[in-house]
Amino acid sequence: MVSQDRLRADRVTLGYERKTVSTDLSLAVPDGSFTVVVGPNACGKSTLLRSLARLLRPAAGEVVLDGTSIHRMPTKEVARRVGLLPQTALAPEGITVGELVARGRYPHQNLFRQQSDADRRAVADAMDATRVTDLAAVPVDELSGGQRQRVWVAMALAQETGILLLDEPTTFLDIAHQIELMDLFARLHAQGATLVAVLHDLNHAARYATHLVVMKDGAVVARGRPAEVVTAELVEEVFGLPCLVIPDPLAGTPLVIPRGSAHTAAD
Amino acid sequence: MTGVRVATTPGAARRPPADPRRRSRVAVAGLAVAAVLLALVALGLGDYPLGVVDVVRALVSDQGFATTIVTEWRLPRVLVALAFGAALAVSGALFQSLTRNPLGSPDVIGFSTGSYTGVLVVTTVLGTGTLGVSAGALVAGLLTALVVYLLAYRDGVQGFRLIVVGIGVTGMLHGVNVWLLLRAKTEVALAASIWGAGSISLVGWSQALPAFAVLVVLTPLVWALRGPLRQLELGDDAAGSHGVRVEASRLAVVVLGVALIATVTATAGPIAFVALAAPQIARRLAGSAGLPLVASALTGAVVLLAADVLAQHVLPTALPVGVVTVVLGGAYLLALIVQEARRRW
Repeated sequence: MVSQDRLRADRVTLGYERKTVSTDLSLAVPDGSFTVVVGPNACGKSTLLRSLARLLRPAAGEVVLDGTSIHRMPTKEVARRVGLLPQTALAPEGITVGELVARGRYPHQNLFRQQSDADRRAVADAMDATRVTDLAAVPVDELSGGQRQRVWVAMALAQETGILLLDEPTTFLDIAHQIELMDLFARLHAQGATLVAVLHDLNHAARYATHLVVMKDGAVVARGRPAEVVTAELVEEVFGLPCLVIPDPLAGTPLVIPRGSAHTAAD
Repeated sequence: MTGVRVATTPGAARRPPADPRRRSRVAVAGLAVAAVLLALVALGLGDYPLGVVDVVRALVSDQGFATTIVTEWRLPRVLVALAFGAALAVSGALFQSLTRNPLGSPDVIGFSTGSYTGVLVVTTVLGTGTLGVSAGALVAGLLTALVVYLLAYRDGVQGFRLIVVGIGVTGMLHGVNVWLLLRAKTEVALAASIWGAGSISLVGWSQALPAFAVLVVLTPLVWALRGPLRQLELGDDAAGSHGVRVEASRLAVVVLGVALIATVTATAGPIAFVALAAPQIARRLAGSAGLPLVASALTGAVVLLAADVLAQHVLPTALPVGVVTVVLGGAYLLALIVQEARRRW
């Protein structure tokens, strides 16, 4: 079965040094989807994302982008098509928001052509979309966690890629900033972007994903629309968490309610 | 390939971002002027003092004896101070940027010490001449870098591990150096120690020109790396996702940084402090994010020339410039530590 989707992992074996995380793993990212990958800690979801971003070379198999193995393409060519919001990124001391966002334009520049009008427009658009335009001249060190994460998203958006990978984008944010960011991603998705996010929060995943991928022990155990995938049995099997799954009263998507020890016995 | 085009909010308040490049340009221009003025003053200093106007006249037209003094005696030393200061500073900026740490300077992580070991081996064991000294410094500096790089390598090289390994290797090489000096004949050890202090007083045109040639070759290569270097400041993953070949770029930065400092060390001996401090001074002057290469080069040039003028003319006995920079470096390190301490407690 050959997938026509732009980005897919084809029977990849992934790992670090001597530790293999995934073997013979295949996953296609449907074009125009908001794909969310969930799974317990150390299930290999971030590793998979890193391989899709070309940051990790598979020991076997290949990651295919637009029909070509991603490791046979020039790195900047890949970077013009696939962007990444990394789990940890560093802001150089004293850098302003505008300067940081502008660094996302690197794949579009070369030794002799540094800043073009297209660059400036892309940076301005990215800052508008993430609502950080007013912060352009502010040093990144002075921002709150939520603002800072929006700036990193702006940098990834300035890259102007059709596919954007998000590695645990909401992990260190409070609940309001998490939702603000998820809404931003939903807007980008509605405007045509293909998104792949690794998330911890099952309920965020169920509400925002159009394509949910559940991983355990380096393998994909379920994938599809959240309403079809998220069941109490699956959550118990994958996370070892006894729970109740009910329809979200607002969105109608599955809502996972952990039982916790106090309520497990009573059931 | 169409990218994500994001709808622009109409009427959004768009404050034009303040141009951080302006301050950086002013700093670069100021440093360049300072370097030229300092050079003109330095060319006039000595047993046969000349005013700035006389120096300029001696440079542009043949003024007989004055021209001989200025161009044959003093100009090599001044140009060497400027060029070597710039090379050391750029080497420091490359390594500090790579390790993301102001201590990740090539003189701190062992490359100068390694060069000194090479010189000691050449002079005290093999007993060859000046060409051997340069070759020994160069080869040993590169070998030290290779050893540090390989010892620090684990699925790629991380800045902090490079520093720690480098400091460890420096310690071991110090021991080797002392041992080599102790077992050598007194006069050989004395000559080696003079080189070990770092001096540009004995550098004439014949030593300076090969070093200049190497630096001229290295400059465009460093220039070509500044883009990847800037992206690497954002972290390996961000840089990689922007299309930087992270390990290859890092290796190139290491090779160029070592080549720069080894060229200087082979000719003048280990000169401390410039690589450590100049990039940090330049960053504060230019108000830039990350370490600015051009401003660092100019700062290094000014600092080393100033230190050499101080060593040669101001102090009661002429000292090797390396001694002056070591003292300045000690003061700078103390200031850095005090500043850190103030910020934390």
